[in-house]
Amino acid sequence: MKFDLETVLFISLSVLSVVSAIYMITRKNPINSALFLILNFFTVSGLYLLLKAQFIAIIQVLVYMGAIMVLFIFVIMLLNLQFQKKKLESYSYKSLTSILLAIMLFGILGYTVYFGFEGKFKGMSDKALEIGTAEKLGAELFTNYSFPFELASFLLLAAIVGAIVLAKKKFE
Amino acid sequence: MSEFVIELLITLSKISVVLAVLLTGVAYSVYAERRVSAFIQNRYGPNRVGPQGLLQPLVDVIKLLLKEDIVPASANKFIHSLAPVISIIVSLSTFAVIPFGDTITIGDRVIKLQIADVNIGVLYFLAMTSLGVYGVTLSGWSSNNKYSLLGGLRSSAQMISYELSMGLAIIAIILMNGSLQLDVMVNNQAGWKWNIFLQPVGFIIFLVSAFAETNRTPFDLPEAEQELVGGYHTEYSSMKFALFFLAEYANVIISSAMITTIYLGGWQFPYLQDFGLPPMLVSIIQILTFVTKVVALVFFFIWVRWTIPRFRYDQLMNLGWKIMLPLGIANLVVTAIVLMLLK
Amino acid sequence: MIEINYYLLVSAVLFSIGVIGVLVRRNAIIIFMCIELMLNSINLTLVAFSSFLGNINGQIFVFIVMTVAAAEAAIGLAIIISMFRNKESLNIDEINILKW
Repeated sequence: MKFDLETVLFISLSVLSVVSAIYMITRKNPINSALFLILNFFTVSGLYLLLKAQFIAIIQVLVYMGAIMVLFIFVIMLLNLQFQKKKLESYSYKSLTSILLAIMLFGILGYTVYFGFEGKFKGMSDKALEIGTAEKLGAELFTNYSFPFELASFLLLAAIVGAIVLAKKKFE
Repeated sequence: MSEFVIELLITLSKISVVLAVLLTGVAYSVYAERRVSAFIQNRYGPNRVGPQGLLQPLVDVIKLLLKEDIVPASANKFIHSLAPVISIIVSLSTFAVIPFGDTITIGDRVIKLQIADVNIGVLYFLAMTSLGVYGVTLSGWSSNNKYSLLGGLRSSAQMISYELSMGLAIIAIILMNGSLQLDVMVNNQAGWKWNIFLQPVGFIIFLVSAFAETNRTPFDLPEAEQELVGGYHTEYSSMKFALFFLAEYANVIISSAMITTIYLGGWQFPYLQDFGLPPMLVSIIQILTFVTKVVALVFFFIWVRWTIPRFRYDQLMNLGWKIMLPLGIANLVVTAIVLMLLK
Repeated sequence: MIEINYYLLVSAVLFSIGVIGVLVRRNAIIIFMCIELMLNSINLTLVAFSSFLGNINGQIFVFIVMTVAAAEAAIGLAIIISMFRNKESLNIDEINILKW
């Protein structure tokens, strides 16, 4: 393997993303978990840039880090106002089994994707840079994918209504 | 390879010049704020250190550096020190996509006066402003103080609410330009075709949202000193407090630069190319035009702060969701229809 | 040149970590964040294939997945808030009845 800029970036970003994911699931405090998840999203956004998907990369920052995680942190802070003393986590043989199962899942997934696609592609497609732009994605979204796009907007509308109904204290 | 090194050197020098100018600008906007507020309130303001008090920012920085750095015993230490860093990094890195001039020719090399000419510049700006919430929110939470927490909660709700109207105002501009690149937007505003004349409603929405995003009066509820002591930075002292202070004024300058770029024609000096000046002089005039517009807007920010009283929190939310958002949507729809009819 | 299987491997690792989180942790918010992590790892796979095949459909799917994730976050957090109001707890083992 040649150590050019892309390789170095890929290795550091992927290692950082895996480490932050592990930190995220092991932190006791939900705020710390959320921060490591933000770091993870950031590194994945960097990976998107390596894959030349610039629009998806910036949307990742805008939507996941700028909106969804802010909501998470907002809710954690809101619920933290009434601090709960009750023990939240209990580890038992169940968690050991589930970890084993997840590692087996990783074995299957990792084996399949690593050896199944080894040397299948000669490298990134020449069109990769072109299809990552906002113009190309927008044109595709509003022509071939206009129906799923409209459905997605209906989903968002439903989510808005649902969130208001659920989070309202009492509704008579 | 040497080409790469030269490009790297040019980019690095652009970054250092912009950062130096920006940080000096921040320091002097603090000074300007104090002088202008004093003028508005019929006082003198800082006038002892140096001529007309011009060395006051320097002295302030030295004072803040020498103060004791207090971290509350019950605070979350790591996040408590992380939050100001997030604030300042996010606000400074926003400037990377703002074009502060057209091109400058040194020797036979044409240099673009913009740090990073990315073709998703507007989205980058929106992403960075939405990340700015974290600094304020986390500082409020980690201080373990109810006033700080309230300030943090207020600011996150406020910033999320006003981001939407800001985004809608920008989308109308994107529709008109058909590009997400900021320098394309500036080039399209040549002469007097400034977007403020074509999009007056969008300009007002963007301006109000910018005030809310930078937590400035009349929307400075996150730090309302009469009710929340100091809001999210109550528990901060020394250099960490200074970082928040710098971030606030850097945000003011960057918002002004963004308003200039999007609505006031950026570095465009109307009909400059008709005078037949040497190219070097043209570049310098364009940079000075940009700086003048930004300074005027920063003065406007200060002027508003010392003129308009603070909103109540429910008024703020009503304004954001019931007036600005519908207005933004209406503006967007009208823009789209007009553009379609003109085609 | 990084080959596609390295990207897919990173994605698989992230997905498995998300699965472990969902299975082991009992805090509803953290479980929810693990689900976001898993969605994200799938997005990485889709973008990787999209770039290597030169086919835009993968990125369109990512766009739709992000919309779904946003809707899911809004609804899920509203559910967590109302759950906390009723039970004063975020432990999903205590949320074991369907109706009050």
